[in-house]
Amino acid sequence: MRLFDVKRFAIHDGPGIRTTLFMKGCPLHCVWCHNPEGISYEPTRLFTASKCIHCGAHETEGVDACPTLALQVAGKDWTLEEILKTVEKERQVMEESGGGVTLCGGEPLMHPEALVEVLEALGKKGFHRTVDTTLYASWETVEHVAAHAELFMVDLKHMDSVQHEKYTGVGNEHILENIQRFSAMKQRPQLWIRIPLIAGVNNDEENLEKTALFISSLPSIPEQVNLLPYHDVGKAKHTRMGTKYNPKGYEMSVPTEEQLAQAQEIFNRYGITTIIGG
Amino acid sequence: MKYPLTYPGNDGGMNERIKRLRKQSIDTPTTLTIERALIETAFYKENYGKMPNCILRARNFYEICRKKTIYIGEDELIVGERGPKPKAVPTFPELTCHTVEDLHTLNTRELQPYFISEEDIATYEREVIPYWQGRTQRERIFSHVSKEWEEAYHAGVFTEFMEQRAGGHTAMDGKMYQRGLLDCKKRIAERIASLDYINDPLATDKQQELEAMDISCDAAILFAERHAELAEKMARETKDEKRRAELLKIADVCRWVPAHAPRDMQEAIQMYWFVHLGTVTELNGWDCMNPGHIDQHLWPFYKKGIEDGTLTREKAKELISCFWIKFNNQPAPPKVGVTALESGTYNDFTNINIGGIDREGRNAVNEISYMILEVQEELHELQPGLSVHVAKVTPDEFILAATKVIRQGHGYPSVFNPDTYTKELMRQGKSREDANEGGCSGCIEVGAFGKEAYILTGYLNTPKILEITLNNGLDPVSGKKLGLETGDPRTFTSYEQLYEAYHRQMLYFVNMKLAVNNYIERMFSLYAPATFLSLFIDDCIEKGQDYYSGGARYNTTYIQCTGLGTITDCLSTLKTHVFETGRYTMDEILKAVAANWEGEEKMRQYIINHTPFFGNDNDEADAIAVKVYDDLVDAIEGHPNTRGGKTQLNMLSTTCHNYFGSVCGASVNGRMAKFAISDGTSPAHGADTQGPTSVVKSLGKLDQTKSGGTLLNVRFVPEMMKSEEDLRKLGSLIRTYFNLGGHHIQFNVVDTETLHDAQKHPERYRDLLVRVAGYSDYFNDMTPQLQNEIIARTENEAF
Repeated sequence: MRLFDVKRFAIHDGPGIRTTLFMKGCPLHCVWCHNPEGISYEPTRLFTASKCIHCGAHETEGVDACPTLALQVAGKDWTLEEILKTVEKERQVMEESGGGVTLCGGEPLMHPEALVEVLEALGKKGFHRTVDTTLYASWETVEHVAAHAELFMVDLKHMDSVQHEKYTGVGNEHILENIQRFSAMKQRPQLWIRIPLIAGVNNDEENLEKTALFISSLPSIPEQVNLLPYHDVGKAKHTRMGTKYNPKGYEMSVPTEEQLAQAQEIFNRYGITTIIGG
Repeated sequence: MKYPLTYPGNDGGMNERIKRLRKQSIDTPTTLTIERALIETAFYKENYGKMPNCILRARNFYEICRKKTIYIGEDELIVGERGPKPKAVPTFPELTCHTVEDLHTLNTRELQPYFISEEDIATYEREVIPYWQGRTQRERIFSHVSKEWEEAYHAGVFTEFMEQRAGGHTAMDGKMYQRGLLDCKKRIAERIASLDYINDPLATDKQQELEAMDISCDAAILFAERHAELAEKMARETKDEKRRAELLKIADVCRWVPAHAPRDMQEAIQMYWFVHLGTVTELNGWDCMNPGHIDQHLWPFYKKGIEDGTLTREKAKELISCFWIKFNNQPAPPKVGVTALESGTYNDFTNINIGGIDREGRNAVNEISYMILEVQEELHELQPGLSVHVAKVTPDEFILAATKVIRQGHGYPSVFNPDTYTKELMRQGKSREDANEGGCSGCIEVGAFGKEAYILTGYLNTPKILEITLNNGLDPVSGKKLGLETGDPRTFTSYEQLYEAYHRQMLYFVNMKLAVNNYIERMFSLYAPATFLSLFIDDCIEKGQDYYSGGARYNTTYIQCTGLGTITDCLSTLKTHVFETGRYTMDEILKAVAANWEGEEKMRQYIINHTPFFGNDNDEADAIAVKVYDDLVDAIEGHPNTRGGKTQLNMLSTTCHNYFGSVCGASVNGRMAKFAISDGTSPAHGADTQGPTSVVKSLGKLDQTKSGGTLLNVRFVPEMMKSEEDLRKLGSLIRTYFNLGGHHIQFNVVDTETLHDAQKHPERYRDLLVRVAGYSDYFNDMTPQLQNEIIARTENEAF
């Protein structure tokens, strides 16, 4: 499995304290993406200029010799054994906190074979498994993976397909249909819907109303709905990748406290309790 | 960032009385009072040599209680000050006599000044200083030690606690709430009557000690009565009816305690407070007196008061708040020399224990425990320190309430694990019940409350010992040959050889310190018996022996080892890069270190970023830490002390890791010269990069039951602890560490930006408290060096 990061002690990636595995590769390229180094499947060079001491070590000895870690490559193939060993290190704190392992990306459903292999192995070891996904995959894939997880955290970014495509590169029809089918499954993992709330992109009343309506009319109600206020962490990552953040200059900003409260109010009207952050 | 108080039952804050008392306590500058020194000097001039020293000390204490200025402030409900007024600190010339120069420095220094008038300095010079020259404990100690000891001491290989302060660590159990000093006097009389002068060759010594204890009882009763008299006088003079009633109640209370066992909550608190003042007036024991498990002690009085309608929750909380402010009114006596560098703070280290378990091992959390969390949060003063004790039987709700206070970022409460420390205590030979009744005092030091004299003797600078090893016995900073010639490390062919050299060097310095410890203990036994304190520590009365002479049921002598993270990383660096990969030669690394890494930034960075360091759950690095730790235990543990007990190790650092860093050159792990070494058992600054679980797992590999306490600092950004769920996750981390055998964990919940801003605008952050080591201090009162160190502590970005 190709991972671009492994985060121990992740406390905002599902229930309890978790280890999050970030899988490389994503079919979407959201302009606000805070892990842009996860989009391409190919290893991605990250360079932090402020750390560089201009020693030239990487030229003679390779990237691994960079003394300051100014230069790093995101994207390394992990064996199942390596993954299990790393995850096992956090077992005590996971059990104490009701946590587990989160598979995130990138888009984990992009590599279902590798994903299922890891999820199956984790399941055998008794770990709680969460898949953090956009559900942008074939229904067969979703269904297959769903059999090996206890929780799906699904991103819902925009109800208007044109807008969705403008900001993420793909339309939303497929995603909405999969969410519906997922929630209709007789035996399904828990479903948390997570909405990145970005002022200027998706926090207008019309879109929020549509989102709330969509969620409230699902065949089964999601166990949790989170509103994730936008932040621009992705900016620094783009700098490290040598690419440009939000190249088309779309207007995006952090929602104010009032805007968050308004959004919550809209969801409340549809009988949906939301949690800010997550 | 401030969050609303959300405990059940919280009435929403301080009342007006408490607000005024708190403001007074914070705004009053710290001053030095020469009153105690004058009374004592006059007394010694007349009486020294005319009576046994224990009687001399008791009568000296009586003299102070008889003559010192009595203070009762407006608004106060709990009364009594160590000095003539709040925040006036006495000196203890019998231990260390400050010079005129010392007094001028204290009066004018920018950080933590102790103000004193020119007139008082002149009086001190005339009346006090001449008498004490050549007669202080400090002089007795320094005139005895060997040249090697003195050189190692001045180079910062170790420190010595007892050279200017009396041994501290006196945490109380519950007996004072069941028997008053008149009961003590009765028991003393019985003990004297039963002495067997024919068959017990020490009977006369015991008689004298018991008589001295008896005098100490009278002294404290007199001290309380003088408060009653003043309260009555003030009651006659006041026009305020409400205040008159309060003053008459105070008078009533002071006529009853400490002579008798307390009858209600106010008397219970006042009882303890008189005992506290007596102990810190008699001598200046660092880790100043501590009521121990006060929530357990006050609970029966609270319960009774609520049941019979004489007390409300509000009133109880007001009394606790008054009590808390009393602690803050007592800054630590000023230190001099190396000790001032190693522990420069007003904090006198009272560490109140709440929660945990009772003598039978049951969950001990009660309503008072929650009330104390509220008081601590509302007052957030420098003192007292507070710790919550989290055993397996402790309810999650109590941990949640504690993490809410932790989140405020004042640096407390710290968190302790009774399931581990009771094992530590039993391993040292305490009974299960005495261990259950024990707890932690000072910073993290474990003890059997009310039954043990556990005396810290000084810190050991383990990275310095490695530095000396790497220079074949020479200290590169002082240029002096301090240690053994264990060989030129450039000739070493294996890591084992290097470790062996360090091990020999470590044993050499540990033994050097041990050899002097017993002498110092004897000096206290002979010249500074604590006849008042002995009344409250089992079994001093029964044995007829002083606290400093083996009277306590348990007697422990500690050496505190500092810098485990730094020395582990240094050893790991050499093991990895010299002996395993061969990337660098020993000579290359030692040259770079000698030059403080000048021109070797590439090597330094490579080492920092490509070496297994302690605190990352890395088995190789952690194995080194375990070995270093186990060998320190083996070297220190089990030597007999002069009081019938044994030496033990603990892993405390207070602020000494800064002082110790300042005397070390650069270290092979990439640390720059002068920078702090790691604190307690925490990873070195910035060494832990894998998150807090990895840190607690690394520390969990040490068998902490072999210590008398370890210390782990973890810093969190408040932004990440917003929701109750976040706090519960923090609680899970604490539980996880404690399941792994952790002894202690504490949190600094402050963001870097705030701290930088506080450096730039100190005036805006007058109340900014941060946790330093085993205690909290005002950020403004710290040296820039210590401030920078706090900022540099690993920030856990995940949180």
